[in-house]
Amino acid sequence: MKSPQWILLTAVLALTACHRTEPQAALPAPHAPATSASAPKVAARFEPPAESSMPNDDFGKQIELGRLIFSDTGRYAKAYVGNALTCENCHLDAGRLAHSAPMWGAYPMYPAYRAKNHRVNTFAERLQGCFQYSMNGKAPPLGDDVLVALEAYAYWMSKGEPIGVAPPGHGYAKLPKPTQAPDYARGEAVFKRDCALCHSDNGQGQQVAGRTVFPPLWGAQSFNWGAGMERLDNAAGFIKANMPLGRGNTLTDQDAWDVAYFMDAHERPQDPRFKNSVAETRKAYHDTPYSLYGVAVNGKVLGEGSGHL
Amino acid sequence: MKLFAIALFVCCTLIASSASADTPDGASIVQRGNGHGVAPCMACHAADGGGQAAAGFPRLAGLPQAYLRKQLDDFANGSRTNATMQPVAGGLSEAERDAVAAYYSKLPIPPGAPASASSAASVQLAQTLATRGRWPKGVPACEQCHGPAGIGVGDHFPPLAGQPALYLGNQLHAWQQAARRNDPLQLMQSIASKLNDADIAAISAWYAAQPATLAKEQQP
Repeated sequence: MKSPQWILLTAVLALTACHRTEPQAALPAPHAPATSASAPKVAARFEPPAESSMPNDDFGKQIELGRLIFSDTGRYAKAYVGNALTCENCHLDAGRLAHSAPMWGAYPMYPAYRAKNHRVNTFAERLQGCFQYSMNGKAPPLGDDVLVALEAYAYWMSKGEPIGVAPPGHGYAKLPKPTQAPDYARGEAVFKRDCALCHSDNGQGQQVAGRTVFPPLWGAQSFNWGAGMERLDNAAGFIKANMPLGRGNTLTDQDAWDVAYFMDAHERPQDPRFKNSVAETRKAYHDTPYSLYGVAVNGKVLGEGSGHL
Repeated sequence: MKLFAIALFVCCTLIASSASADTPDGASIVQRGNGHGVAPCMACHAADGGGQAAAGFPRLAGLPQAYLRKQLDDFANGSRTNATMQPVAGGLSEAERDAVAAYYSKLPIPPGAPASASSAASVQLAQTLATRGRWPKGVPACEQCHGPAGIGVGDHFPPLAGQPALYLGNQLHAWQQAARRNDPLQLMQSIASKLNDADIAAISAWYAAQPATLAKEQQP
């Protein structure tokens, strides 16, 4: 795959550096200098309310249910989950942690137009997408307890924030573009060195007593091709800031890009928006150098193998 | 010539069988030592492998074989230091370390010793660290690696539940002071450096009081 795609990437990046955040932030994010030590700034970050301050009433019960769904999604939102993941796998600290797509970073940004489905989405609709794509399951119907509880939780967590202004620490860390095009072999070496301890050599994570402790990163039990984590920029930003768990910001930016590429160059469940062919679906929904869907890596076109996991 | 071939075959067979008879017996080393100066493991880790809470000697029964083997290797090569364990591990051959690790990994988990009572504040602090961590300071929950209720995960994340509080506290302080450095990816050194003495006391006492196996109702 290497060169053509990444020559293109570099060109596209230079032209449309701001295209990739979703929803589009109202303010352009200041770009950090392109060094390998791009630890996200910590100043002036929104602090979500302490969990002990959840109201002790009927509203509080829904908030608490939202938090439980976050941590044990397969149990509390069972009907809508199709894999072994939880919300918390990608939104650390039950959705509270900066640079780990915290709920307080997302809630004030909706409704928003999303290229993902070419419509204005409410926050509840955004949550539906999490279940369809990241959880490889089914969208809970609008008004369903699961969505109400999650929205109540996100609302409570965002108390006092301005509406429509992306707070520092929202989404995933935005890494400077890699100095070398991300590379499968280098990514594999990073994976073996720093990731396989928890996620296993085969990327399937580890379970104990029927619970996922370390999440599967690809394959039938992981997120599908429609999830945000299949985008290299999201994955690299998350990995850089948060992995290995408890030792965030210890990988170099290049390592983060390479290992994100390695993870996303593995087959996973089909994009639920699939129509006619991988090529056509790529054109409709993955038309970015940050997606490997429909791209040939090591002789196999990613997305073509989704039916054989 | 044919006779020679038969004789050779018989000799080889004998050598092979005597070699297998020499395979160290884990139970024997644990109960009687290895006959070359290494004391029986059970002298400190108890006959049932449950350890000695008061002395801070950990439970070994039911721990992952690969984890036990690695610790023995690390004691032997000095990457984990302990005045008692280093000569013991160093006095065991590779095959003896294998046998001891295999033996303990297959022992049933004995019932834990009754734990001393902690204050409500200490319990709450420990529960928070165990199940939620302290993410604003970059501390993941213990459970995120050591599994639900601290029962341990795979070969690299040993059980915490039911281990002596003194042992757990000693290890956390050792990670914190970089006196113990054999953790993969420096995960524990990093975490312990972000804990204070009250955290360590609380979490050690709390895990010591947890059952070493998941209760039925905790299983999905």
